[in-house]
Amino acid sequence: MTVMIDTGNYIAAKAAVMARPDVVAAYPITPQTTLVEGIANYVKTGEFKGEYICVESEHSAMSACIGASAAGVRTFTGTSSHGLLLMHEMLHWAALARLPVVMCNINRVVGPGWNIWTDENDSISQRDTGWIQFYCSSNQEIFDTVIQSFKLAENKKVLLPVMINYNAFILSHTSMPVYIPEQKEIDDFLQKYKPQWKLDVNNPITFGNIILPADYEKIRKDMQNSQENAKKLIPEIAKEWKKKFGRYHGDLIEEYKCDGADHILLAMGAIGSESKASINNLRKEGLKIGLARVRTFRPFPNEEILKLGKQADLIVIDRNISIGSEGALFSEVKASLYGKSDTKVHGFIAGLGGKDVTYNDIETICRKVVEGKAKDCEWYGLEGGEK
Amino acid sequence: MAIKNLPVEECMIPGSAACPGCPATMALRIVFKALGKNTVMVVPACCTAVIESLYPNTSFDVPVMNIAFEAAAAGASGVEAALRQQGKGDTTVVAWAGDGGTYDIGIQALSGALERQTNFIYICYNNQIYSNTGVQRSGATPYGAWTTTTVGGKTEFRKEMGEIIQAHHIPYAAQACVSYPEDLYNKLKKAKSIKGPKYLEIMAPCPPGWRFGMEKTVDMGIMAVETGAWALYECENDVVTFNGKSKLILEEKIQRKSIEEWIKQQGRFSHLFKPKKDVKRIKAIEDHTDQIWERYRRKYL
Repeated sequence: MTVMIDTGNYIAAKAAVMARPDVVAAYPITPQTTLVEGIANYVKTGEFKGEYICVESEHSAMSACIGASAAGVRTFTGTSSHGLLLMHEMLHWAALARLPVVMCNINRVVGPGWNIWTDENDSISQRDTGWIQFYCSSNQEIFDTVIQSFKLAENKKVLLPVMINYNAFILSHTSMPVYIPEQKEIDDFLQKYKPQWKLDVNNPITFGNIILPADYEKIRKDMQNSQENAKKLIPEIAKEWKKKFGRYHGDLIEEYKCDGADHILLAMGAIGSESKASINNLRKEGLKIGLARVRTFRPFPNEEILKLGKQADLIVIDRNISIGSEGALFSEVKASLYGKSDTKVHGFIAGLGGKDVTYNDIETICRKVVEGKAKDCEWYGLEGGEK
Repeated sequence: MAIKNLPVEECMIPGSAACPGCPATMALRIVFKALGKNTVMVVPACCTAVIESLYPNTSFDVPVMNIAFEAAAAGASGVEAALRQQGKGDTTVVAWAGDGGTYDIGIQALSGALERQTNFIYICYNNQIYSNTGVQRSGATPYGAWTTTTVGGKTEFRKEMGEIIQAHHIPYAAQACVSYPEDLYNKLKKAKSIKGPKYLEIMAPCPPGWRFGMEKTVDMGIMAVETGAWALYECENDVVTFNGKSKLILEEKIQRKSIEEWIKQQGRFSHLFKPKKDVKRIKAIEDHTDQIWERYRRKYL
């Protein structure tokens, strides 16, 4: 075990290389660039022995990963914002083809106007592609989740691609100390990929040809079953990781000081970790408040949230918005409770366009709810107020 | 190689869903005879995605990966890298796409794969239309041709894809025609023997798309070459060699036949002949063809 002090992107590059993928195909985009540069450096040093394909677009990055994965090898890529959106068609393709591609997405604002700061609308808008989605809150969690994601994606009960999301700059370009296990320990945890099927000249099969409705529907149901299977496997893999390396970031959610809480805050990504400071301060003030940091948006932690909803009123902060509706997490939290709990849920939109959301802001949001002054759904800190 | 000496082995197995007279299936038989069973196919959206037939059946006896319309070359890059990582670098990776997937929506991925020196054979079977979606114009559709999106006849000339490919300076590029199977076979064999990116384009006259009888596919291909509407040539390390009748036309040992002879047999040009002959547009086609050959002579003689 060594300690590496580095940015989220370089940590993700380190993790990806230690997972020993055979093929990485990627295209640079701010703020993901240092991730692909990091992997390129490992090509130079010889630490990465796989094939690094410098493609001409993100669409081709995902297409090349699909080709490589279908030919039977472990594959990795990374992107952000517009790159993720350009991949959209191939995100569906990878999931429907049941290919365990692992990808980091650095959450960045979508243009216009051009803006490289963070919000989560890029990945939220990809939620129905069939990918498993993690949202990380520290560089250590990025490292650990990348390795764990390969194990999850390649499990024959899952066989779905995994997207590891983390916030632009707040994590991608901020250095933190990260414990890095020895390569041998990683190899013991993550065995060599053995595909269930592949393009094989000795067993020639045609993949992805025309399929009639009844068979297609079965594939969709199997993907749904696999996401359900992932709900069980994510905690199992996290526990195995904890046993081996002593670190644990939660399962589908990470609970923080939820015992005895009558209000529980739900948030994802960096706001999720920032909220811990807020919870500590509010607890000192005597508020009975806890935090549930949502780690996986797909599969969605319905059962966990229902359990919390039966215990406490919920406060949801979304760094995204489904225009014409509301924050995506807010919607899904309410759907998890529907008909089973009549707890109050308050939604806040905050930090769009990369606007800073500090622990002070989060405390203000929580106090407003506890004091009964919050609307069902509102924007926090909107300059000029809601009109 | 005479036709009777081609390998008898078939990887294009019975039960395909192709139209009668389909040039793609004719070409695919030759492709597999030349490349053999140690081949992986990457197929984007195109007629071949139908020709493969319906899940769970297939008409191909080699592994096939279907991929999105614009993604054939990029998908093939991934397949090629993965096979090499597994010590299977001797397997031939083929991207097999139509002219829509090559000239238009897939040109970016194709250019990228050629520039990256991907070790694969990219084959474009060119029927000059989006045929799988029901005959719409492509960048390969010739001037004057009717399609469902150029109802009065296309008002632009087709792209010269061969010259775009040559600008990538890849080790091997060639143009062939489904009507000349020996020439096609030889070009495929040569492509297979060369490392790096190879590009092969096959003229593929489409009976329902061009509106001619299904028994005339081969004749239409021969006419395309003899009129100079299509050229057979190879480009090896930037050295271009014309083949067959195209060589004779280039060297002016024979005159190319009039394009009119070719187009008047195709329903897609019928509006140029009925109700009265459109002399101006027919002349424009002839003149444009002359210009192409003059350019070929300047560049390649």
